[in-house]
Amino acid sequence: MNRINQKLNEDKKLLSIYFTAGYPNLNDTLTIIENLEKSGVDMIEIGLPFSDPLADGPTIQASSTEALKNGMTTEVLFKQLKDVRKTVSIPLIIMGYFNPMLQYGVEAFCKKCQEIGIDGLIIPDLPVDVYNEQYKSTFEKYGLINVFLITPQTSKERIKFIDSISNGFIYMVSSASVTGSSKGFGDTQTNYFKRIADMQLNNPQIVGFGINNNDTFTQATTYAKGAIIGSAFIKHLSNNGVNKIEDFISSVRK
Amino acid sequence: MNYNINEKGYYGDFGGAFIPEMLYPNVEELRQNYLNIMAEPSFKAEFDQLLKDYVGRPSPLYFAKRLSEKYNTKIYLKREDLNHTGAHKINNTIGQILMAKRLGKNRIIAETGAGQHGVATATVCALMGIECIVYMGEIDIARQAPNVARMKMLGATVIPATSGSKTLKDATNEAIRDWINNPVDTHYIIGSVVGPHPYPDMVAKFQAVVSEEIKFQLKDKEGTENPDYVIACVGGGSNAAGAYYHYLNNENVKLIAVEAAGLGVDSGESAATSVLGKEGIIHGSKTLLMQTNDGQITEPYSISAGLDYPGVGPMHAHLYKTGRAEFISITDDQAMQAGLELCKLEGIIPAIETSHALGVFEQKTFKPNDIVVVSLSGRGDKDLQNYIDYFKI
Repeated sequence: MNRINQKLNEDKKLLSIYFTAGYPNLNDTLTIIENLEKSGVDMIEIGLPFSDPLADGPTIQASSTEALKNGMTTEVLFKQLKDVRKTVSIPLIIMGYFNPMLQYGVEAFCKKCQEIGIDGLIIPDLPVDVYNEQYKSTFEKYGLINVFLITPQTSKERIKFIDSISNGFIYMVSSASVTGSSKGFGDTQTNYFKRIADMQLNNPQIVGFGINNNDTFTQATTYAKGAIIGSAFIKHLSNNGVNKIEDFISSVRK
Repeated sequence: MNYNINEKGYYGDFGGAFIPEMLYPNVEELRQNYLNIMAEPSFKAEFDQLLKDYVGRPSPLYFAKRLSEKYNTKIYLKREDLNHTGAHKINNTIGQILMAKRLGKNRIIAETGAGQHGVATATVCALMGIECIVYMGEIDIARQAPNVARMKMLGATVIPATSGSKTLKDATNEAIRDWINNPVDTHYIIGSVVGPHPYPDMVAKFQAVVSEEIKFQLKDKEGTENPDYVIACVGGGSNAAGAYYHYLNNENVKLIAVEAAGLGVDSGESAATSVLGKEGIIHGSKTLLMQTNDGQITEPYSISAGLDYPGVGPMHAHLYKTGRAEFISITDDQAMQAGLELCKLEGIIPAIETSHALGVFEQKTFKPNDIVVVSLSGRGDKDLQNYIDYFKI
């Protein structure tokens, strides 16, 4: 069974962390992953940086720009992750935009992910229908779970369709926003979380965007299986480097 | 072969809507409605009336006698430079502001590079009394101060794009992010035939008035609707899409697309996407774009701010791949000389974008009886400082 599915079966609320590979320094990737696992994180999204990240706010875009300046490429990331499974056992997901994958070759990219022990991919700008028609069989051939996003604006029918072609979890975007832009959750978000929970989907939901501390983590996981923190963690890395990761994680989990 | 868009939003292999789920409802709403709205008699009537009374259409098709004599062929200039706001851009913004109104939107966002599309958008927003926010790269704001002032006078808010390379592509990213953050009340007026479906098709259809007019104007002057050649410059490609539109499926009319070679195609400072680009995805569209081997989008260069876009609309990628259009690259120097030549021979100061299209006459020989229509996409007032600096006037 895929590590993501195993993790989703555990009877606990999951904390997933996003970071941009190659930031703050080119070769921090493995240290960050290992420290995150040691700190008790359940799942990691490794961001493959892109020059034009449409769905991301200023924090993640700035870290991506910096990572690219540092020399991060798809090839470099795969080299850094070559032996990651010797030391890390939690699910690893690569999150990135479609163009770098397209240039690497979608099949070659998926094959490499399987060799390394990557469990899934999140590609915000790969549309559901294009994936379904052109790439689904390739992802499945290499044992990769593709994670789709839903937002407060996604229609009920479309959520059901996305649920029907998902085989891991659904990435629930907390509000109509890019990453890192929301300040706390109000009734609108809570109602939305509740509405989705009431749909009793086949795939559990993990909430992302706008989670930055214990409060928002708790609010999000009241209805959902887990939550993802990205921008707030990147800010922590900018201020504290890679050695105080545990402080951040324990402040979220409490 | 059919060169129009298919029902799935593709021109051959190019196009589609590679967008994050957050944008799906906005783009889908537009996709489901744009053709029906454009077909409504009341929409057509309002669009046509504004193009006539406000923009000043039809723009003249002018026989350029002295230029024709010099190159020993028959050259007609389609005078989009005479439109209100000085370029073809207004055809699209008029269409899209009417579209936005019918979709019930009360807030407009736009991206701009040199500022021409920003000005055209600010203009129609003022006309309709709708809030207007224009994203513009921080570097472009510094380079294009007069257009920034114009937008402000017209009541628009200009927000600097400070991410990435701080130019057009980043302004586009910022506008898309704004749309993600404001999914319900906002319409995004894209300025060219780029972006996710249905934008390339919608913008091309609003610009198609250009070739529609060429047909009847040429019929009147030459007894035929069909020229032998249509020449247009291509950045994103909206003026070319408009000038080609009604000729796309008539292969007797040869299409020439002129890209900016910058300092030279091999110089590393160029914007010749068809030569230097590879298939990929930019701003939600599968097309040709300039990128690293690793798939990172690179920053193009041209003396013309309107041509330095790292991609090209999916229609043009298809026209290139199928060979339907001939792509020619013109350097900064060739364009500037061609622009000055038009001033001296015809008394018309063209935009530097347009000067690239005129640069073709030194590169390619036409027959004396060929009818060659050039899309004179914009006037050169905005480029005066560039001309002054270049020619040390």
